[in-house]
Amino acid sequence: MAAMFSQNPLMNGPNYSFNDAPRSNAPDGAREHRFDPYADNGGSTLAIAGADFTIMAGDTRLTSGYSINSRFHPKLFKIGGSTADQKDATLVLSVVGFAADGEALKERLDAICKMYRYRHGKPMSVKACAQRLSTILYQKRFFPYYVHAILGGLDEDGKGAVYSYDPVGSYEREQCRAGGAAASLIMPFLDNQVNFKNQYVPNSGEGHALQERERRPLTRAEVEMLVKDAFDGAVERHIEVGDGLQMMAITKDGIEEIVLPLKKD
Amino acid sequence: MDHRPQAWGRPRDDVYGPYDASYLQTSGPKTATQSPVVTGTSVIAIKFKDGVVMAADNLASYGSLARFTDVKRLRPFLSTSVVGFGGDVSDMQYLDRHLTELAIDEAYEHESSAAGTSGGAPGGQLNAANLHKYLSKLMYRRRNDFDPLWNQVLVAGFDGAGKPFLGSVDLRGTAFAAPSLASGFGAMLAQPIMRRHAATDADAAALSREQAVQIVRDCMKVLFYRDARSLDRYSLAVVTRDGVEISEDERLEQQSWAFAERVRGYGTQVV
Repeated sequence: MAAMFSQNPLMNGPNYSFNDAPRSNAPDGAREHRFDPYADNGGSTLAIAGADFTIMAGDTRLTSGYSINSRFHPKLFKIGGSTADQKDATLVLSVVGFAADGEALKERLDAICKMYRYRHGKPMSVKACAQRLSTILYQKRFFPYYVHAILGGLDEDGKGAVYSYDPVGSYEREQCRAGGAAASLIMPFLDNQVNFKNQYVPNSGEGHALQERERRPLTRAEVEMLVKDAFDGAVERHIEVGDGLQMMAITKDGIEEIVLPLKKD
Repeated sequence: MDHRPQAWGRPRDDVYGPYDASYLQTSGPKTATQSPVVTGTSVIAIKFKDGVVMAADNLASYGSLARFTDVKRLRPFLSTSVVGFGGDVSDMQYLDRHLTELAIDEAYEHESSAAGTSGGAPGGQLNAANLHKYLSKLMYRRRNDFDPLWNQVLVAGFDGAGKPFLGSVDLRGTAFAAPSLASGFGAMLAQPIMRRHAATDADAAALSREQAVQIVRDCMKVLFYRDARSLDRYSLAVVTRDGVEISEDERLEQQSWAFAERVRGYGTQVV
């Protein structure tokens, strides 16, 4: 399990599912009698928070080893609407990793958010939903949901909020996060382009006098462009990412969904 | 003479001494299916304009032994959907019994509404998309119990909107849908051929029934050429809005093994 979520491709290889196949320690000729309940279905996700919006994105490919199972299997889900079509939903969950666990996690969180809305007569806030999602994940601490979950929405002040999780429920609010197979390819790009890491003001000085570029929230157009570029880059270098790019933009007016083509090779 | 059923088939106590009944106790760990035994190979399916075509051969293998050569691996459900099973045959038979029971319950539940509709999935009854969801939950539950049903299942029929539906579920509960699907070896050998004709749902909607059947027949031939656990007798199912047609004694025709003598690199021949 460590290898799949590892962000260190040099040590653990490029995070393909088959690296996670249990290596057999059984002697030659002996059959191993163990069912492996987990699989890696590849794919990648990404979320960026802006001043008054959040953009979530994920590719739509579902893989199993070298095979493409489906070219359209969404990883982004609207959560906690009052009906099944999620017309009035305010939150988006993205799950990447083991698809069956992702589906189960999404359905549990959605059911809980729907119950909350029914009981309290208002939709769940991102902060509350984020804490609840952590609890759900930790409840299965010893048989975890094998997924990297990201929850997006707008906080109490209307600012973009992104919460990211590990498979057992550790979570953190962040400006941006990439998850899944190509996380190690996309995250450094995001560090540089969203948080302006390693960017300095030209000619501002030498050594300690050198000034970092001042951080500012990105506009929606800038973020959408970053997301597309990030995925175009990931598709080029990771075989488990491709086919389609599903984007959801969460604003005070609701959730807008966009599906764009990616390379299908 | 001891006529109690417990004593049937056992050595007589008065002759051989008291029977050691400790052998009959089921103690120790639960032994769920940990690996498949008698197995079926690939199932393939492709959507077309008015439905879905599915095929699977009639073989159940016991390892490399072609053990049972007349096994029906495509099963109709409520005469509106077809389920195709790959993997363990005993688990397939369990699922088949379970689905038959479900279909009977469904038929009773919706008896009156079924009578009123003409053709297609009767209103209120489980359609293929519903059945796919049901099977995915069933398989996922069993994997959570570490007692998996060792199958990959294809479900063909129609969704709630009346459009052709084709989905797959595996032993871990991973569920997905696509214009064409294949399990096992079919995923490597047949899927590329089917995707050439139906890369998207729009492409699939342009295929006629005859074209779809021909594509599936060609794929079955390719699979028989290269999959050592396959058979030249197969079942072919066509699901349309008019219902399900399954033919269970199809034969591969016009085989040509001319390519075989050019195959080099393994086996007994040396280059």
